[in-house]
Amino acid sequence: MGEPVTLRVNGVERRIEADPATPLLSVLRGRLGLTGTHFGCGTNQCGACNVLIDGQAVAACDTPLWAATGKDVVTVEGLGTPERPHPLQQAFIAEQAAQCGYCLSGILMSAAALLRRNPDPSEAEVRAALDRNLCRCGAHNRIVRAVLRAAKEAKP
Amino acid sequence: MTAQLPTNLAANPRLSRWLRFDARGFVEVSPGKIEIGQGIVTALAQIAADELDVDIARVRMIPATTAASPNEGVTSGSLSVEQSGSALRHASAEARSIYLGLAAQRLGVPAESLQVEDGTIVGPGNLRTSYWELADDALLARDASAGIAAKAPARRRIAGTPVARLDLPDKVFGRPRFVHDLDLPGLLHGRVLKPASPGAKLTSLEEAGARGVAGVIAVVRDGSFAGVVAETEGAAEAGLAALRKGATWSAGFALPDETNIAAWLKSQPADSKTIDAREAPAAAMAARTVRRQYSRPFIAHASMAPSCAIAQRPSPASVHVWSHCQGVYNLRADLAIACALPPESVVVEHVEGAGCYGHNGADDVAFDAVLLARAANGRPVRVQWSRADELAWSPVGAAMAIDLEADLDAGGDIVRWRHEVWSNGHVGRSGRAPIPTVLAASQLAKPFERFISVDPPMANGGGGERNAVPLYEFPAQHISNHRVLNMPIRTSALRTLGAFANVFAIESFMDELAAEAGEDPLAFRLRYLKDPRARAVLEAAAARAGWSTRAKREGVGHGIAFARYKNFGAYCAVVAEVEGAADIRVRRLVAAVDAGEVINPDGLANQIEGGAIQATSWTLLEAVHFDNQRITSDSWETYPILRFSEVPVVEVEIIARPEERALGAGECAHPPTAAAIGNAVAAALGVRVRDLPITRERIIAAMA
Repeated sequence: MGEPVTLRVNGVERRIEADPATPLLSVLRGRLGLTGTHFGCGTNQCGACNVLIDGQAVAACDTPLWAATGKDVVTVEGLGTPERPHPLQQAFIAEQAAQCGYCLSGILMSAAALLRRNPDPSEAEVRAALDRNLCRCGAHNRIVRAVLRAAKEAKP
Repeated sequence: MTAQLPTNLAANPRLSRWLRFDARGFVEVSPGKIEIGQGIVTALAQIAADELDVDIARVRMIPATTAASPNEGVTSGSLSVEQSGSALRHASAEARSIYLGLAAQRLGVPAESLQVEDGTIVGPGNLRTSYWELADDALLARDASAGIAAKAPARRRIAGTPVARLDLPDKVFGRPRFVHDLDLPGLLHGRVLKPASPGAKLTSLEEAGARGVAGVIAVVRDGSFAGVVAETEGAAEAGLAALRKGATWSAGFALPDETNIAAWLKSQPADSKTIDAREAPAAAMAARTVRRQYSRPFIAHASMAPSCAIAQRPSPASVHVWSHCQGVYNLRADLAIACALPPESVVVEHVEGAGCYGHNGADDVAFDAVLLARAANGRPVRVQWSRADELAWSPVGAAMAIDLEADLDAGGDIVRWRHEVWSNGHVGRSGRAPIPTVLAASQLAKPFERFISVDPPMANGGGGERNAVPLYEFPAQHISNHRVLNMPIRTSALRTLGAFANVFAIESFMDELAAEAGEDPLAFRLRYLKDPRARAVLEAAAARAGWSTRAKREGVGHGIAFARYKNFGAYCAVVAEVEGAADIRVRRLVAAVDAGEVINPDGLANQIEGGAIQATSWTLLEAVHFDNQRITSDSWETYPILRFSEVPVVEVEIIARPEERALGAGECAHPPTAAAIGNAVAAALGVRVRDLPITRERIIAAMA
């Protein structure tokens, strides 16, 4: 088992006693009960489990726990709340940007990473940033509109 | 005034099954239809809120369960607004009238003098009561009666407006909403070992390795079914890996040659029948005959989430299941037969899953969980398939071959039309056959016969023959279907069933015939099309897309296509604009749709946009791949779908007809989208690809 791994999840310091090779996704969904991050493929091919690690969108399914040691992890639950929503969450509701919504938390995290590094993206930049996230229902264009709306509304 | 009850209400007449007022100021609405990502729960809430005159925020939608809900069969076929919506509208109107009757008595005024404002019942002289004050379950503990008048369409305030999806806030804030996220006290985790190939038998299994994994509490084997139960998901995965190492399998079925599926389909034993035949009174002479063959491959559901279910066996004689199935009663029926229990001993509760596009692995994984729950001492067991299992072991949409022939007279007019279809059956759903159709049922030590998929009757739209009968009016026609009886690859319902390929074939062929006649494809279609609503969607899509002034230049092409889903659902026409040489990019899709009365215009637009995008993916990219033993397209790398950077602009024009009956629209965009893309590719490159998907390789082959 070895030493516990320490990391920050949604702003809270966590000490996790587990095999350091355990996928971060299992720790988030299991131990920490953060089920907003979803399993899609387990091999970093669909983006359903994307979270932010130090501001970068990363697939939690093939990130071992040890790789998050000392890092800042943000999941969809940490992005915002109904009382204090993130601009992306507001925009996704305003644009009704979903059908089933299973892929949504991963897409929100990819979009959040994009807006951190590029607060004013073009439509093509949004599509490029989301290209590793799969959506099967065909809500793509609504999602792109929502990300552009969030960028616009977040501007001072 | 409805002289008779809507079908689903007649089948479930007890009003209390559909809705219940609560003294705390809300109304619970319990349809038998379920949310599969299509927004139906919101549309049904709108209908109830409208009839009851309550704010939609007061409507609480209860997920379907066999413990309480009306039995509305399977949520499929784009029927929910038509079937569940009409039943709920009637039940709500009658509930309103019952409560108004009681209010009239209490207030001592005639019921006709009362009005309802957000659940408050208001009479002359400021007399007031409310649904909440009067709430009494006994009032609705009676059967619906015919002759109740629902509101006139013009008086509806909520239906017909773009109400926001009720389920979306949970999904945007990451609150548990999916069965995958459900936690129950004492929850255990299970994993199931899939056979080495379809039809393979487990000849030996070394269980000690799996039993030795820390956290594994049981290994379950029943014939060729095997799985593990563990305290954690990680232990279940490790147990499964150990079990796989210890398993030996016999050879399975011989799979066909993927590169020539049409020839394979045409060579198999089949159940053949004529679907439609019409002779002209004075048959015109055929000057010549044009013949073409079209095909589509097997297509995967490829849902974003792997199938998942939880099962609990409080006693050997009872089963409780949480599932993202499409029909709780249908799954219950299969589980009851497979477990040799009376249906009343099985409860199936619906919990949402990821987008569902037909009969996927949801029912299969539910039975897997039930089998593993035998070894869990009454604790609930959650089973989740892997991505590979999801892509390789869920039922797939059937491959199809279609031969079309048109006899042309000396002037080039079509005088006779022939359409012949070959495919496996399109439906092997649970709860409809005397044997269970869930995957593991045929793997048990005492196996059930493997179900060979069938086609629904034409009255329900048919299966392989869905949309094979053209809406164009030809003097004579002959339409036939061959349901292939050898089914090494398990097929079942995928959105549109046979309509996708039949419309692709018909609408491609119409373009080919228009080209032979030297006519514009739109004008050529309109010449054979009489139905004014069909003509209207074609003309609307053409106008919006700028069809008559479209640019004609090398490497850019426009294509048009039309269908009425099932020939009795929504009308949809699509214009596609593509560009490219061998690598085709769909730039823009313009869809015009007539779905009769529209409950939620944004929900409808969302379905049309999504359908057009999914159909673009099917048309350009998708085919289930296999060798002679097993399905090999079992990852997103080997089964790619359309990505954000590849998605076209989609514009939707809704032709509103509030006085017309609501028509199912969830699948109407797929078939014409495929054909419009095929026609646009032909216009851009001058070559016709008749076998889906329209890949780079096929385009290059067509150019050669």
